[in-house]
Amino acid sequence: MNAKLSPRQVGDVTVIDVSGRITLGEGSSNLRDGIRELVSKGNKKILLNLADVSYIDSSGIGELVSGFTSVANAGGQLKLMNLTKRVKDLLQITKLYTVFDVFDSENTAVRSFV
Amino acid sequence: MRLSGGLLPRIRSGLRVSMAENTETKEVDVLLDSALDSADDAERLVLNVAQEAGFQEDDLHKIGMAVRESIVNAVVHGNRYNRRKKVHLSVLHGKDRLTIVIGDEGEGFDIGRLPDPLAEHNLLQQSGRGIFLIRAFMDEFEVRSLSPSGTEVKLVKYV
Repeated sequence: MNAKLSPRQVGDVTVIDVSGRITLGEGSSNLRDGIRELVSKGNKKILLNLADVSYIDSSGIGELVSGFTSVANAGGQLKLMNLTKRVKDLLQITKLYTVFDVFDSENTAVRSFV
Repeated sequence: MRLSGGLLPRIRSGLRVSMAENTETKEVDVLLDSALDSADDAERLVLNVAQEAGFQEDDLHKIGMAVRESIVNAVVHGNRYNRRKKVHLSVLHGKDRLTIVIGDEGEGFDIGRLPDPLAEHNLLQQSGRGIFLIRAFMDEFEVRSLSPSGTEVKLVKYV
């Protein structure tokens, strides 16, 4: 199943529950379009909940990076939450784990936005 | 599954291939279309063999992802989605290893000129991590140019 995005608002933070596969094609473009749309609407505090992401490839990693930079360029912040072991391992071996702010608790993650 | 027309008979089972120091059985030998769906087809075909070879979940994920990245490279960067060009996939199972060979009909590339995705100035690049991940997930990785054109990659995972 290609990535499905379900945004919800928690205070002034937009939490996006992402599920399915983020791979080159529909999965990665869904993520790209979803983040782009939120940024264009002025949402600058975005928290991606990746708990239900079953698979991510190098293209999906690229979309996470691209989302991170596009939100930052708009003056906002994109953070990650609830990584599966596989996604965490991928971010670690690509040295991206320290680039992103990563959280295991939604409360802590939401409060971390400035 | 979108296998090339008329090529289904090329999925062979039990064809023994004598190697210099090892005997491997060719389990899969197919031509795939230059389309992204071929990555799903290839991953499924290879994982069927890998499961029978006894690989466990973690290794299956690594093998599947390495195959996906290789097929995507062949389709996108090699054949550039050209429907007249095909991607060749073969899978060989030996006593101590699984060997996957993927070839395209593209113009080739110089692996020595690929940027290092772990370099500080490349960390925030959107692309360029595929071959790095293949190398990280497999035990052996080789690239060679084909004549008159094309690139072939060989991925090996030890059982």
